[in-house]
Formats: sequence, C-alpha cells, structure tokens
Amino acid sequence: MAALRAAVGLGGVIARGNGRAYGDSAMGAAATIDMRRLNRMLAFDPATGQLVAEAGVILGDVITAFLPRGWFPYVTPGTKFVSLGGAIAADVHGKNHHVDGSFGAFVDWIDVVGADGEVTRASRSSNSELFGWTIGGMGLTGVILRAAIRLRPVESAWIRQETIPAPHLAAAMEAFEAADAATYSVAWIDCLASGGSLGRSLIMFGEHAETGEVPSAFRKHPFATPKRRAKTVPVNLPGAALNTWTVKAFNALYWRKGLSSPRKSLVDWDRYFYPLDAILGWNRIYGRRGFLQFQCALPPKSSEAGLRALLGATAAAGQGSFLAVLKRFGIQESRFSFPMEGYTLALDFPATAKTLALLDRLDAIAVDHGARFYLAKDARLAATTLHRSDPRADILRDMRREAGLDQAFASAQSERLLL
Amino acid sequence: MTDATRKSTVLILGGRSEIGLAIGRVFAAEGHNLILAARDPESLEPERADIALRHDIEVKLTQFDVLDTESMHGFVEALDPAPEIVVSVIGLMGEQAENERDPIAATQVMRSNYEGPALILGLFAERMVAAKKGTIVGVSSVAGDRGRASNYVYGSAKAGFTAFLSGLRNRCARLGVQVVTVKPGFVATRMTEGMDLPAALTAAPEEVGQAVLRAVERGRDVVYVRPVWGLVMRIITAIPERFFKRTDL
Repeated sequence: MAALRAAVGLGGVIARGNGRAYGDSAMGAAATIDMRRLNRMLAFDPATGQLVAEAGVILGDVITAFLPRGWFPYVTPGTKFVSLGGAIAADVHGKNHHVDGSFGAFVDWIDVVGADGEVTRASRSSNSELFGWTIGGMGLTGVILRAAIRLRPVESAWIRQETIPAPHLAAAMEAFEAADAATYSVAWIDCLASGGSLGRSLIMFGEHAETGEVPSAFRKHPFATPKRRAKTVPVNLPGAALNTWTVKAFNALYWRKGLSSPRKSLVDWDRYFYPLDAILGWNRIYGRRGFLQFQCALPPKSSEAGLRALLGATAAAGQGSFLAVLKRFGIQESRFSFPMEGYTLALDFPATAKTLALLDRLDAIAVDHGARFYLAKDARLAATTLHRSDPRADILRDMRREAGLDQAFASAQSERLLL
Repeated sequence: MTDATRKSTVLILGGRSEIGLAIGRVFAAEGHNLILAARDPESLEPERADIALRHDIEVKLTQFDVLDTESMHGFVEALDPAPEIVVSVIGLMGEQAENERDPIAATQVMRSNYEGPALILGLFAERMVAAKKGTIVGVSSVAGDRGRASNYVYGSAKAGFTAFLSGLRNRCARLGVQVVTVKPGFVATRMTEGMDLPAALTAAPEEVGQAVLRAVERGRDVVYVRPVWGLVMRIITAIPERFFKRTDL
C-alpha cells in the first residue's frame, strides 16, 4: 500500500492489469503501476453472489474458483485473461450487453486510490461521481484497488448455442432484433463479401444450459469442463501470411462450415466465450508488426447506414479482416463508458501503412454516423476525432483538470487523446 | 497419503513466508484444509480469505513464535483440528558478517533455523507416533550440506536441522510417521530479489510447493526441489577438505 501511494505520488502514472488492452491505454505517461500482484479474493457472499476482490485478480481465476460452485461472471469480454481492475476501467461488455448491460452494471462498489494517495470507497449511493467516472474511465480517475462484483448463478458449465446464417447485413440485423431476448448474441461477419452479400454473417446465440441439458457424459458433474490443451503460435508468422487471398479463403470456408454445421449445439463455457484464449499468442499470426483493431458503436438510427458504409469501405480496400464481429448493444447511460444503444462493429487488421490509411477513412465514416470509439482497442485515434465523436471527452478532460487528476494519472493514450 | 480422496489438515509453520504460502496453496488446490501459523497472524487475513475462496476449503490462522520454547506444548495441544501434515518453512538467513561479530545475532540465526524448528517438529512427532500416523516436512537447506565461508552460521544451523530430521525419520520409520527433508536450493522470493542467481538453479516458490506435495504423496525421504542440486551438492561434498578450504564457493 505504501509502495502504491509512493507510485501515485510520482505523477503521470496509470495502473496496468494483465495487459489485454490492444493499444496504449495501460502504458503510463511517466510510469506504469503493475497491479498483477494485488490479486487476492477477499470475501464471497453466496446469498447475493457478491465477490470482493483486489483489482489484479484475473477473471479466469474467478471462473476457476466459482464455476464449480455454480457461479459465473455476469459480464465477460472475449478473453478471460483480463484483470478485474481492467474490466472496470474499460467497462468491458460481453455478448449479453443487449439484456444485461456492461461489466460496470454488476459492480457494487470500488475502492479507488486518488491523486492524494488516499483510498475512497465509491458506489452508486456514496461518492457516486467518482464511481460513475471510474467505471469506463480508463484509469484516469485513480487506481482501482478493490471491487465488489456480482456473479450470476448458473446450473452448468455449458452453453446452448444456436447458429443462424444471414446472407446479408439487413438479414443479420433482423435476426438480432428478432432474438432480442436471447441472453448471448454475436455475429461473425465475412467482411470481404460485397455487393448483395455485404454483411454476410453467422449469428451465434447462446443460453446457459440447465442441469438436464448437459451432455450425458458430464451429467454427473455439470460444472466440470472438458480438458482442452492450449495451442500456441510459437513464432511470428511472416507478414505475407495474412493477405486478401488467405483471409478470403478462410472466410469462405468458415461461412460454408457455418452453413453445414448443426444449428444447435452444446458448447462448454471456455470454448463459447473464449475461443481465442485457446490459442496462446494468437496475435502472432499477424507477424512481428502486430495488428490494429477498429471498434466503434453506432446509434440505432444510423446503424444500418453506418455499418454498410464501414463494411463497404473495408471490402473496397481489399483489406482482409480476419476477425470481424458485430454485436447489438442495449441501452446504457454512462459518464465515459463505450457502450450505447445500437450496434458495435469490431475489425482486426494487420498493422501496415495501408491499414492506417483505411482506419482514418473508417474513423471519418464512423464520426459521420454518430459513432463512438472503444478506447480499450484503440492505439492510433486522433484527439480531434475522439473529441468530435464524443462530447463526453471534453467533460472528462475538464473534470480531471478541476479535480487535479490530470497531473497524477495519465496514460500514453490519454496524452495522445488530450483527456 | 495413499488415499488421494482423503483430505487432511496441513499446518504451515512460517505461514507468512512466500515459500510457506506457496506450499499451502498447492495443498489447498488438492482440497486440503490449512492452518497458517505466524508470529503476527492477523495481517495474513487477505491471504487466508484468498486461499479459502479460491479452493473452497477452510483456512485458519494461528499465532506461533518459534523462539518461544515455553509456549510450544500449549501450541501443539491447542490446535483444533490436529494437523495430519506439519510443514516447517521457518528460517532466518541473517548477515554472515554480522553473525561472525555479534553472538546475539548468531544465536538468533542458530535458534531460528535449528533449535526452534527441531523442537516443535519433535513435539508434533511425539503425537503422531502415539497416533501411528502423520507426516512431518522440514524445509532445510543445501547450505546445511557443507559449511562454507559465505554463510556457515546459517549453514551449520541448517546442518543441525537436517541431522535432526534424519534421526527423527530413522526413529519414526517403523512407527507409521513419515518425515521428509526438503532442500530448496535458490528460490526466487522477495528475500533474494536483486541477487544474481543462476536461472537453472533457481526455483519459483510454486515449484517448492509442488515438490513438497510430490514428496509427501510418494513417501520420499530427502528431496532437492530441482534435481540438479542433488548433483551439485554431491560434487561439493566430495571435494577433499584440503582443497575445499581454499575455494571460494
């Protein structure tokens, strides 16, 4: 605690969890505070499902500890390797945002180390301003030290999955709207498909399976997870490995596999929520230069036009996005969190000069359609673009200045984006 | 512990140390309950809660001072439940140069590494012999295998502890009580942070935990956490004294 206080006193610092942000969110302007050793679980109340834990606890460890007892995080992002502090700071979302909201919706309180080194407990009822700004505040309001989060009771470790193919964007959006009550929903988009097939996608719905639905081999132990060995990408693939042709081929294969696979299946939690976690170092398929992700959220009014324009520009650039994901967002009011009602689109690209040029075009399209950008994925957005897209950025900046937080807490990203 | 499903209570003497906690976590992951003994146990509450929550087991804290010989009988009697496995990781390195000049500092090192751990484990052995079952684990040190200029005060105390465990094992071998001597070699802890230790000879605290669990399960007598240390120490102990005394190891 003394060490943490001293570190905060340095100024220009940012807390870093397990390093799963895609850009410079958790790289300190002057110094970075590694939170990974503040990782103790402190209390659990089986009556309410409330877990109190230090910010460095990894979400996957929460699942390992509590799924056997019938509990699962209410909201999980696409990797289980995030820290709780990181999940709160980025106010991450999952495939259930449209019904349950973001990670922050299940945070009861947080302990935050402020610029003065003192710990403040903040919740919806006390220090609610600090609470509101810290959830989704990208670490710019202080260091999240501890949190009380709520877990969801589940009957098994299994997810009942249903896959629906959609031949184009309008069909995909229709499918999302029609299945608004589904707990989990997400679409994989073949973003090299163009013309009448623009937005061709496989939409995957999911529900927590009840005890009676668990595969018979696991019926006796409904919370047991089938063993799967982690694969690793041992070396960086050459930059040429991912090009228009290979991505096109992969996408076409994946689409056809989706069409021919059974529409309904039972999948264990790990394969359902974290397919990429199974391949340690999956990012290395992009080669030494790595990858960049574009993720924005579009309001309902302009969602279809915006998605059409973004996918059109991507297809026209011939830039294969290996991983393109579309997801419906529910209503969310927040100080600075990313999610808002509408749709979110995420596109991964190998980091090249061509990609950077495309991302600038996508930014412009997004802003024109009233979009908002996801800072946990951002590594290169321009400050003017951010402030134009989101009036809350100015409010955050002014609030930080008035509260004396801007000198104490700063990341490379907050400096770049003038926050 | 031939019956893998039987869950025991494991007492860790020196429950605050990183090695002690690592050993405790490994046993907790197997479903065993823990008692962590330390001089100032209240401050271990976050660790207690964390281990109990992660592994859905019971973890208790208890006060223990290895230098307080008078209190030992009472300590052993008061433990509830009585532990089936007792592990001592208590030790104190001290500063060799200070230990050479200052008998009080040297006494502290000798008592913390030999007298205290040997006496308390001896008392637990008495109970276990009466019950005809139980396991004693003493974490000693490769430093006890041969006295060296750089740390012989500490090393001689560990040598005493190693000899004590060897004798205790000999006595208990036919009485149903297992005695394990563990020699960790270098371990990467806060104590050794910043020291320039050879990576091949340096274990993580978790490795010590795994080695202790394996040794208990397989009924081993003396284990080096990294097997290479067995070879290293065999060579070091084989060097004739007239050469050894001139070395700088």
